[in-house]
Amino acid sequence: MNLFGDAFRWILEPSHWTGPNGIPNRILEHLAYTGLTVLIATLIAVALGLYIGHTGRFRGIAVSVTGAMRALPTLGLLVYLAVLFGLGIQFALIPTIIVLVVLAIPPLLAGAYSGVQSVDGRTVDAARSMGMTEWQILWKVEVPLALPLILGGIRSAVLQVVATATVAAYISLGGLGRYIIDALPVRDYTTVLVGALLVTILALVLDGILILCQRLTVPAGVRAIRSSPGQRSTTKSASTVSTAA
Amino acid sequence: MTWVLANLGQIWELTVAHVLLSIAPIVLGFLLAVPIGWFAYRFRVSRGLVLTVCGLLYTIPSLALIVAMPTILGTKILDPLNLIVTLTLYAIALMVRTATDAFDAVSTDVIQSSTAVGFGAWRRFWQVELPLAGPVLLAGLRVVSTSTVSLVTLGALVGMSGLGYLFTNGYQRNFPTEILTGIVGTVLIAVVFDILLVLIGRMLLPWARVDDAARRGAGTARVKAVAA
Amino acid sequence: MIRFDGISKRFPDGTLAVDDFTITIPSRTTTVFVGSSGSGKTTLLRMVNRMVDPTSGSIHIDDDDISTLEPVALRRRIGYVMQNSGLLPHRTVVDNVATVPLLTGVSKREARAAALDLMDTVGLDRALADRYPSQLSGGQQQRVGVARGLAIDPNILLMDEPFGAVDPLVRSELQQELVRIQKDLAKTIVFVTHDIDEAFLLGDQVVILKTGGRIAQVGTPAEILANPADEFVDTFIGAERGRRALSIQTVNGKEVVVDGTGRLAGILRSPTPESGRSA
Repeated sequence: MNLFGDAFRWILEPSHWTGPNGIPNRILEHLAYTGLTVLIATLIAVALGLYIGHTGRFRGIAVSVTGAMRALPTLGLLVYLAVLFGLGIQFALIPTIIVLVVLAIPPLLAGAYSGVQSVDGRTVDAARSMGMTEWQILWKVEVPLALPLILGGIRSAVLQVVATATVAAYISLGGLGRYIIDALPVRDYTTVLVGALLVTILALVLDGILILCQRLTVPAGVRAIRSSPGQRSTTKSASTVSTAA
Repeated sequence: MTWVLANLGQIWELTVAHVLLSIAPIVLGFLLAVPIGWFAYRFRVSRGLVLTVCGLLYTIPSLALIVAMPTILGTKILDPLNLIVTLTLYAIALMVRTATDAFDAVSTDVIQSSTAVGFGAWRRFWQVELPLAGPVLLAGLRVVSTSTVSLVTLGALVGMSGLGYLFTNGYQRNFPTEILTGIVGTVLIAVVFDILLVLIGRMLLPWARVDDAARRGAGTARVKAVAA
Repeated sequence: MIRFDGISKRFPDGTLAVDDFTITIPSRTTTVFVGSSGSGKTTLLRMVNRMVDPTSGSIHIDDDDISTLEPVALRRRIGYVMQNSGLLPHRTVVDNVATVPLLTGVSKREARAAALDLMDTVGLDRALADRYPSQLSGGQQQRVGVARGLAIDPNILLMDEPFGAVDPLVRSELQQELVRIQKDLAKTIVFVTHDIDEAFLLGDQVVILKTGGRIAQVGTPAEILANPADEFVDTFIGAERGRRALSIQTVNGKEVVVDGTGRLAGILRSPTPESGRSA
C-alpha cells in the first residue's frame, strides 16, 4: 500500500483542479479564513500588545489571560459556538472566525509586548530625554526595534491558524479540511492524506514567505549587532513559544 | 447539570483516557527534547539543522499528522499510538527550542568556573547546567503540557477516546451542555497539570524563586540607580 | 542661568534622593556635580529637562519656572548626553545626530548637512556617517552622543557621566575634546561624574555632593583644593590623599614636586597662576 504515491497521483489528476471541490478553490477558501482571522486578531492583539509593552501596565493580566486562552480546546469551542449559533453554512463562518481569532491572539499579543519590552530601556530613555513624545517613542523607536518579534508573533499565529482552519470543515465550511473530514468516515485514506499534504505544503509556503518578510524588516542597525559576535545579548529576546493545533 | 450527573461515569472514563493520552507525549517529549536541545546548544554546527527540523515539524498541522501517521507507522487508523507519536513529535518540536534557549541562558561564567574547579563534562551537566536551565525548561514544559492536553481532543475526529468525544458527540446531537462539559473538563486537566508542574518545579528548584525575587530586587535597584 | 531653589525629591518607594538643594548655575560655564552613587547627582541633572520632576522646590532657567514649560518642548531645546550614548540602534550615525532637528521639522537635507558639520566638530570622520551605532567603538559612540546633544545648538547641555564607560585612554581624549569644544561654543554645561579628577579637569564650578543631594562644597577646583570645607570633602578629593598632598623638595638645585607617599610627581618650573588646577 503506497498511500503517498496514490495521494500524489490524486493531487496531479487534472479533474481535481476544477470546481468547488477542486484544489485551487479549497486553497483559496483556506487562505480566506486564515487571512480574515489574522487580520482581525492582529488589529486587536498588536494594539493591545503595544499598549502593554509601552506602558508596562496589565502585563500580569495579559500573561494569565493568554495562558488560559491557550488551554481552550479549539475543536470544543468551535462546535460549542456552532451549536449555539445554530446550524447552517451562512452562520458557520462566525464561530469559525471567533475560534480562530481566540487561537491567534496569544502569540500575536506575546510577540508585540515582548517585542516592545525587549527594546533597551536606555534607548527609550534617551529618546524621551531628547524630546520625543510618547507617540514618537512608540512609532520611531519601539515599533521598528520590536518589528522582528511582532512579525515572529504573526508568523506563529498564521501557522496555527492555517493548521487549525482544517477543523472548520467539521462544521460544514470549506477549506482544505474538507478533504480530511469528508474522507475519514468513508475510510478513503488517500484523500485524507491529500488533505494532510496540502495543508502542510500551504503552511510551509506561508512560513517561508513570512520568514523572508521577517528577515527584510529587521532594522539594519540591529542586523549589524547580530552579525558582530559578542554583542548578541541586546537582541536576545523571548522566543514566542506557543501552541499549535 | 442533570446531564453531567447522569453521565458522570462516562465523563470520568473519558477524563482518565484523556489524561493517559496526554501524559505519554508530555513525558516522552520532555525526555527526548532535553538531550536534543543540549546537543544543539553544545555543538553550534548542529544547531541550525536541529532547530530548522523542529521548526518544519511544528509547521505540519497536527490533524494532518494524526491522519498521516497510519501510513507512516503502518498502524491502524484507530491505534492510539498515532496520536501519541504525533503529539510527542509536537512536544519535541516545541521543547527543543526552549531547551536550547534554556542551556544558552546559563551563564558562561558559571560554567567556566565549575570547569575550573574540576567538574567533568558529565557531572557538570547534571549538577550545574541542568539545574540552572531548570526554570526555563519548566516554563517550556508548562506550554507543552497545556498544548498537549488541548490537542488530545483532536483525536476524537479520528475516533479516539478522550474528552474530545464530547465535542463530536455533542455536535451531532446538537447538545451544548455536553460540549461545554468537554471544554471545562479539558481546561481543568490542563490547569491541574500546570499546578502539578509548578509544584514539582518548586520542589526540584527551590532556589529558583529566591533567585527570581533577588532578580526583581536587583531590577528595582537598577531603576533606582538610573534615576539617582 | 539655571537656578535650583529648595529642591527635594522623594521617590515613590520612599527614598529621599535629594533634600533641599539650592544652587545657581551660571551661564556659559561648566558646572560639575560630583559625588558617589546615591548622591542624587543624576536625579538633579534629569530635573533640568524634566525627565524627573521634583517633589518640592522650583527650578528656573533664566526667568522661566520650568514646571510651567511643556516637557517635550523643553527637552528639545536642551542637549542631553548620557553614559551609554543612548543612540538609536536602527538609525545611522548621521540620522542619530539629526534626530531632534528632524523632530522639530527641519528639512532632511538641512538636518543631514548640519549633522555632518557637527561630526567635524566632535572629531568624527565623515566616512562614519552611514554606519550604525553598533559598528562604532565606544569612544566613537560617545562622540556621536555629544554631536547629537549639540545638534539643536542648545544653550544648555546636560551630560550624565558621558565618559564613564570608555577606557581611560579614550576618556582622557574625550575630556580634552570637550574642553576644546567648550572653549569654542561656550555652552551652559551641567556635567555629572563620580570622578573627582574629571570634575576638576572640566569644571569651572564644582559641586561636591553627599548622600541625599546635600552640598558638601561648591567652588572652583582651586578653591576646593585650597580649602576643603570639611573632612568629607577632604577625604573625597584626597581619596588618593598621597597623590594630592604635594610638597617641594630640592634635588641637585632643582625644585621637584613630591607626593604624599614620597613619589616624584613632577618638576616645578615657574609658579603658574593656576598651579592648583592641574595638580
